[in-house]
Amino acid sequence: MIFDRIASRSAGDISRRGFLQAGAAAGGGLMLSLRLPFAGDEAEAAGAEAFAPNAFIRIPASGPVVLTMPYVEMGQGTYTSIPMLIAEELEVDLKQVRLEHAPSNAKLYGNPLLGGIQATGNSNAMRGAWLPLRQAGAVARTMLVAAAAKRWNVEPASCHAERGDVIHSPTKRRLAYGKLAADAAHVSVPDKVALKRPEEFRLIGTPAKRLDAPAKVNGTAVYGIDARPQGVKVATLAQSPVFGGRVKSVDDRAAKAIKGVRQIVRLDDAVAVVADHMGAAKKGLEALVIEWDEGPHAKLTTDQIVGELEQVILQTGAVAQNIGDVPGALASAATKIEATYQVPFLAHATMEPMNCTVDVRQDGCEIWVGSQAMGRVQEFAAKAAGVPVDKVVVHNHLIGGGFGRRLEADGVVRAVEIGKQVKGPVKVVWTREEDVQHDMYRPYWLDRFTAGLDANGMPVAWNHRFAGSSVIARWVPPFFNKGLDPDSIEGAVDLVYGFPNLHVEYVRKEPPGIPTAFWRSVGPSHNVFVVESFVDELAVAAKQDPVAYRRALLDKSPRARVALDLAAEKAGWGQPLPARVGRGVSVQFVFGSYMAQVAEVEVAKDGTVSIRRVVCAVDCGTVVNPNTVRAQVQSAVMFGATAALYGEITVKDGRVEQSNFDTYQVIRMNEAPAVDVHIVQSSEPPGGMGECGTSAIVPAIANAIFAATGTRLRKMPVDSALLKQPA
Amino acid sequence: MAFTIKINGKTHTVDVDGDTPLLWVLRDVLAMTGTKFGCGKGLCGACTVHIDGAATRSCQTSVDSVGASAVTTIEAIGATPAGAKIQKAWLDHEVVQCGYCQSGQIMSASALLASNPHPTDSDIDDAMSGNICRCGTYIRIRAAIKHAAQSNGKGA
Repeated sequence: MIFDRIASRSAGDISRRGFLQAGAAAGGGLMLSLRLPFAGDEAEAAGAEAFAPNAFIRIPASGPVVLTMPYVEMGQGTYTSIPMLIAEELEVDLKQVRLEHAPSNAKLYGNPLLGGIQATGNSNAMRGAWLPLRQAGAVARTMLVAAAAKRWNVEPASCHAERGDVIHSPTKRRLAYGKLAADAAHVSVPDKVALKRPEEFRLIGTPAKRLDAPAKVNGTAVYGIDARPQGVKVATLAQSPVFGGRVKSVDDRAAKAIKGVRQIVRLDDAVAVVADHMGAAKKGLEALVIEWDEGPHAKLTTDQIVGELEQVILQTGAVAQNIGDVPGALASAATKIEATYQVPFLAHATMEPMNCTVDVRQDGCEIWVGSQAMGRVQEFAAKAAGVPVDKVVVHNHLIGGGFGRRLEADGVVRAVEIGKQVKGPVKVVWTREEDVQHDMYRPYWLDRFTAGLDANGMPVAWNHRFAGSSVIARWVPPFFNKGLDPDSIEGAVDLVYGFPNLHVEYVRKEPPGIPTAFWRSVGPSHNVFVVESFVDELAVAAKQDPVAYRRALLDKSPRARVALDLAAEKAGWGQPLPARVGRGVSVQFVFGSYMAQVAEVEVAKDGTVSIRRVVCAVDCGTVVNPNTVRAQVQSAVMFGATAALYGEITVKDGRVEQSNFDTYQVIRMNEAPAVDVHIVQSSEPPGGMGECGTSAIVPAIANAIFAATGTRLRKMPVDSALLKQPA
Repeated sequence: MAFTIKINGKTHTVDVDGDTPLLWVLRDVLAMTGTKFGCGKGLCGACTVHIDGAATRSCQTSVDSVGASAVTTIEAIGATPAGAKIQKAWLDHEVVQCGYCQSGQIMSASALLASNPHPTDSDIDDAMSGNICRCGTYIRIRAAIKHAAQSNGKGA
């Protein structure tokens, strides 16, 4: 939502909107600097009149195109699909585009420091880049063609570009881009360029191979945790087991005696062991005797947090959407249905545990990390180190799983706090236990619904109130307005269904003692589960088939209906199934993409749920790379299925009770369902694809469990005790 | 004390406590960072290496237990026939996403293929369920293993 508005701002004329500038590259060649839309951009837009580029296309004299972009690769395929946009319009092969991490030190490019909050999240990379990167590619091509035409003293219109060369069509003379780049730097930037029509695409829409794959199969890919600056030491840490607690005392005698342990660093609320290697650091950590002052949350439990939500949800919230007259429609409804839903705190549990390498010096600070939010890293590190922002150099790395966790800079701040007390560079690596117990969690949400049905069972009133944490209010405060933020409500408002009377309210309530954060599929991770579960309840109350019921409500959303029909057909909806096997459906429009999923589950006698198969139909507009779309759906489905079956962070005595993959379980090979992905052809602008599969699968599973057992699960994760077959 | 271990055909001497997990010897002492840390408890498989050809969790293997055994890591698995087939299949099937767990996945899959040229689905479940992938690439891992097995001839 936020990101869509930012994206739409970028559309339009090139020079007038000032998103692109061209000039000579350092060392010769052509350099295009452009500004791609980002999370948080709009918040600072009012004050930021100066052009602050965050992406660079360099065509050096030596040949291939070098693209530096602010989006990061965390598995979603961005490093492949984004270069496709440039290559398409620039008329180069994908192989001719080399990608570099965006630097935090823009001096390298002779440009002002990268401003604002740089972030890759909310499935916004493709949506944000779709127009400006193609325009930039076309601008560069036009300038290179103009340079060649001038050299040959011919009309630009008599030349065309092909695979990194400009060709004078009548005479077949040809010049490589590299040879033209220096001249092109002096050509004025065209005001307007024509972009290809979809039928002219030669790369977009093809299943191009991932550019980052070879390094990831032979061990040479470098993630943040692999950074090894000269002389680096390795540290690991214990943070207060209760959020908000402090260190009371530390006995480090035994730890210091361990071979390889170099130093014990004490912070207000954490202790770190610095060593030659992680083996010694971990052994040292285990040998520490730490006494904690547990602080105000020492007795905190999940029940207490939920109890607070149950209180505030009785209050009126901020109105997120209001259509028609819900009280009136409810009063005259033939049937009234109420339900309460809950979803738990969730950890990210990225495969690469939290880590950050720092070298804090008197005059500045150097950081090696894999981050979804480079700007935030730089800003927070500067504050923690007590140095100006321009004295913080951040080296970004591949990310071993983001899912929202690496939009946060808490790990960077920790590393800087430790690094301030260590001479030379130190790599701070969290144990998995620290990673799970000091995550920032997907918020706990509580939802209450009331719906009214007419005599035919069709909904005439929809009333939804929910309570929980606003991540946006902490992360980008200007976006929290009048009690609402665009993320918390996405998937709860602007439903695909045409409800004549609809009222949605949000009550913000921050949990005591538990930090919250974005988590793959963010607001919709919660809203789509509750909305699609409750719609299923309405279908049941109306004694109608869940697909047919939804279909009848989709007059205003033809693209959603096409997706639903396709998913139902491919899943064999309506075909008979064995006992305790069921199909469940979900439909959604989030992150700019339409999706329908059908999950087929089997519930064993002991209540264990296994997912047999998932069928997904998606209309994500123009498909840039169908392979990426399929991979992202498969991935997002597994992520959501893990949450549905196992995901739950609970709190007792102020502590997170889960700690590693034994207590915070993840779907494994033997449980992974087949996922069939069907893509609806479309020439609409691309929608986001990294997250929608996650929000859609959770209700599909819950609805399938209902179909298999007759038990409606209104709380995630699945509680198999409720699903045991009666004797 | 000093330990001499053989990794990827080369001999290395390291001076660490005997109970130091092989994982940290590889990553922090010898700078072979292809082997990954995921859980430290043998629960996720990210740290998988081969010891005398058997898939082994290096986070649960103390350096003093290695002895004269041959350690193979992701950096050298491509030199084995099974490893090369698996790596190629991984590329053909576009398995990787974030890629962090894939060193371990490839080591487990290579050990499976080396000992069982034509694994069934259930063999794949048994050999691979110790390796977690948060990106959920399991479907492609299974397909890639089957594809690599087909290149062994005589069908899958």
